[in-house]
Amino acid sequence: MSMPSILQLQNLQKYFATQKALDDISFNIEQGSIFGLLGPNGAGKTTLIRMITGIFYPDSGSITFDGKPFNGLNDAIQIGYMPEERGLYKKMKIGDQALYLAQLKGLSRAEAMEKIKYWFKRLEMESWWIKKVEDLSKGMSQKLQFVTTVLHEPKLIILDEPFSGLDPLNANLIKDEIYGLAKRGSTIIFSTHRMEQVEEICDHIVLINLGRKILDGTVQEVKQQFKENKFSIKFYQKPESIDNAVFQVLQQKDNALTVKINDGHSSNDVLQYFLNQQLNIESFNEILPSLNEIFIGLVENTSATARAFQTIS
Amino acid sequence: MNKILIIAQREFLSRVQKKTFLLTTIGIPVLIFVFYAMIIYFSVKTTDNFQIAVLDQPNLFNAKLADDDADIVFSFVQNETASSLKQKVDTGKLDAYVIIPKTFDLATIKDSLQIVSKKSIGIMTRQKIQHTISSAIEEKKLLTGLSISKNQLDSLQRSNEIKFASTEGKNDSDVKAGISYGVGFGSGFLIYIILFIYGSMVMRGVMEEKTNRIAEVIISSVKPFQLMMGKITGIGLVGLVQFLIWIVLVIGLQLLLPLIFPDMLHQMQAQPMQPGIAGAANVAQESGAMAGIMSGIGLINWPLILGCFVFYFLGGYFLYSALFAAVGSAVNEDAQDAQSLMLPITMPIIFAMVIMTKAVNDPNSSLAVFGSLFPLTSPIVMMARVAHGIPEGVTVVQLLLSMLFLIIGFIATTWLAAKIYRTGILMYGKKPTLKTLWQWAIRKS
Repeated sequence: MSMPSILQLQNLQKYFATQKALDDISFNIEQGSIFGLLGPNGAGKTTLIRMITGIFYPDSGSITFDGKPFNGLNDAIQIGYMPEERGLYKKMKIGDQALYLAQLKGLSRAEAMEKIKYWFKRLEMESWWIKKVEDLSKGMSQKLQFVTTVLHEPKLIILDEPFSGLDPLNANLIKDEIYGLAKRGSTIIFSTHRMEQVEEICDHIVLINLGRKILDGTVQEVKQQFKENKFSIKFYQKPESIDNAVFQVLQQKDNALTVKINDGHSSNDVLQYFLNQQLNIESFNEILPSLNEIFIGLVENTSATARAFQTIS
Repeated sequence: MNKILIIAQREFLSRVQKKTFLLTTIGIPVLIFVFYAMIIYFSVKTTDNFQIAVLDQPNLFNAKLADDDADIVFSFVQNETASSLKQKVDTGKLDAYVIIPKTFDLATIKDSLQIVSKKSIGIMTRQKIQHTISSAIEEKKLLTGLSISKNQLDSLQRSNEIKFASTEGKNDSDVKAGISYGVGFGSGFLIYIILFIYGSMVMRGVMEEKTNRIAEVIISSVKPFQLMMGKITGIGLVGLVQFLIWIVLVIGLQLLLPLIFPDMLHQMQAQPMQPGIAGAANVAQESGAMAGIMSGIGLINWPLILGCFVFYFLGGYFLYSALFAAVGSAVNEDAQDAQSLMLPITMPIIFAMVIMTKAVNDPNSSLAVFGSLFPLTSPIVMMARVAHGIPEGVTVVQLLLSMLFLIIGFIATTWLAAKIYRTGILMYGKKPTLKTLWQWAIRKS
C-alpha cells in the first residue's frame, strides 16, 4: 500500500574526532511525503542533512537514493537544499544569482532561464531580476532562496527552517508551494523547531537526540504512542463528588472535567460510570499530547544542548 | 570540470565587470605614464636654451665653454661689469652670469665661482653648469698646471675600459649584466606582488562566501574542491587579463611618448644620466651607451624570460592561492584572525624575496640554487636567475627540475589546502589554531 522509498538510511554513523555525531541512524522516507526531521540544537540534524546532500560522507552505513546507492555529485541535480544558515552573494543581481545556482545544479543555461522565469512569475518576483541581493528585505531573499532550492524540480527537497523571517502571508504562500511540490511527486524533508508547523504540514516524523533516533512514525502514530489516556468530558450540569477506581480527576472547571483513566480500564468504563451517575454528557474527547509536549518530554534533561557538534576540539 | 568553469566564470566576470577593475587596470598605467611624461617634461624643459654670460677676465677658457647637449648657451662677454650684468639678468636678457676674477688662481682655487641668477635654477641645469665649468677647469689644470699634453690627457681618459666575457666566448657586457639585473629583479618583484595581491583576493573571496553563508548552498551542488579551484582559476584569469592590459597599455603609451614630446625625448636620450668627471671622452662614452643598452636588450633571451614569467606566475599563484584559500576558509568575519594564520604563508614569500635580491647578483650561489628549486620560493627566485640567461644564470637541468618541483609542490599544497578548506568552510565558532588546521589537512577523508 505504501509508496516506494525515495531515501533509505541504514545504520549511518559519523564521528567527528572522537565524538559520535550520529549513532546508528536508520529510517526510510516515502516518495511524495512531507517528512519532519526533528531534534534539539546539536542533536545531529545538520550532520545528517549534510550526509543526505553529499556534503559529508558517513563513516559507516549506507544511503540509498531512488533505489540506487547515493552519489552526492551525480544526484545533486535531484536534490534541493535550503540550509538554515543560508546566504547569497550580496553584490550579485537576483536573476544572475538564480541562474548561477541553477547551472551549478547541472541545468543548462536555457533550461535554467525557462525555469527561473516560471518561478519568478509564479511568486511575483519578475521585477526583481536586476536588483541586487543587498537591496532585498529578509523575507524577499528568503523567497529567492526558496525558488533557487526548488526550481530544478528535484525529487528530494530539504528545507531547514524555511519559514523563519517570513510574515504570515508569505509563509502561507511558501506553504502552499510545498504542498504543491509534494503533490507533484517531490519528497520534502522539513526540519524545524516549530512543532505546530510540523503537526500541520508533516506526514511522518523522526526525532533525533544525542545522535540517536528516538522516535519514528506518522504524526498520528506518534501521538497515539505517547497518549496518556487523558479525556476531557463536558456535562450540562456541574458534576458532584466523583470518587471511583476507573479514573482520576486531573482538573475540574465548572462543567468540564479532565480525567486520566487508570490502567486496566477503557474509555467506555468512564462513560459507563457517568451514565450510572445520571449526568448528561455534552462532549467526550480524548486528549492527545501535542508534538511540542512529546518533544519536550523526550528531550528534556538529556543535556542535548551541552553537545556542540559545530566545534571540533 | 564543467562546474569549475561555471564557478571560474562567475568569479572572473563579477570582478572584471566592477568599476574598480576598470579604474585600476586602465588608471594605473595611465597614471604611471603621466608621471613619467611629467618627469621628462620638467627635466628637459628647464635646460632649454639657458643663457649664461661669462665674464672671463683671466681668459681661462679661451672663449670656449659648451655643455654636452648645447642646452646651455655660454656667451663670453667683455667690457661689462658686475652691475651691468646684474641689470641684464634683472631685465631678463640673460638667465645668469658668472664672473671669473683676474685673481682666479688655477693652482690654489681660493675663490669659488658664483653663478648669479634672478630665478632659481633647476637642479638638472645646476648640475650641467657645474659639470661643464668644473671639468673645463680640471682639463685646464691638467694641461697647464701639470704640463700634460693633450694627447696624454685623451689617452688617460680612454684607458678605463675593462670588459667581461663568458667561457662560451660571448660578450658578457656590463650593460647586459645591468639589464639582466633589472629584468631579474623586476620580474621577481612583480611575482612577489602578484602572490600577495591575488592571493589575498582569493582569501577575501573565500571569507565572503563563508560569512555570507552561501558556501553550504553551493557545496551541496559541487565539491568543495571544485568551488575552491573555480575561485582560484577565475581570480587567476583576472590577474592574467589585468597584466595583459597593462603590458599592452604600457607599450602603447610608450610608443605614444615620442609623438607627444618629439624633440624632448631626443634630448632626454642624449643626456648623460650621471655627470662624470671627464669631459670630451665622456661624451663619446655616453653616446655609445644608448647603443650599448639597445644591444644589451638584444642579448637578453626574451622568449625564455616571458615563458618563465608566465609559468612561475601561474605556478606560484596557484600554489599560494590554494593556501590563502585554506586560511580564508578557516577564519570567520574577523580579519584579525586571518593575520596570524597568514604568517606561515607570508613568511616564505618574504624569504623568497630576500633570496631573490641575493640571487640577482650571484645567480649561481648555493642559496640561489636552493631558493630556485624549493617550490615555495622558486617562483620569485628563479626569475632572478633566468634573467641572466642559460647557462650563465641557470642550467637547463636546474630549470626543468625547478619547474617539476613547482608542479609537485602545487599539487601537494592544493591537496592539503583542499582538505583544510573542506572542513573550514562549514565550521563556525571559535577561531582554529594552526595546529587544528594541520590536523584537518592530514586527516584521512
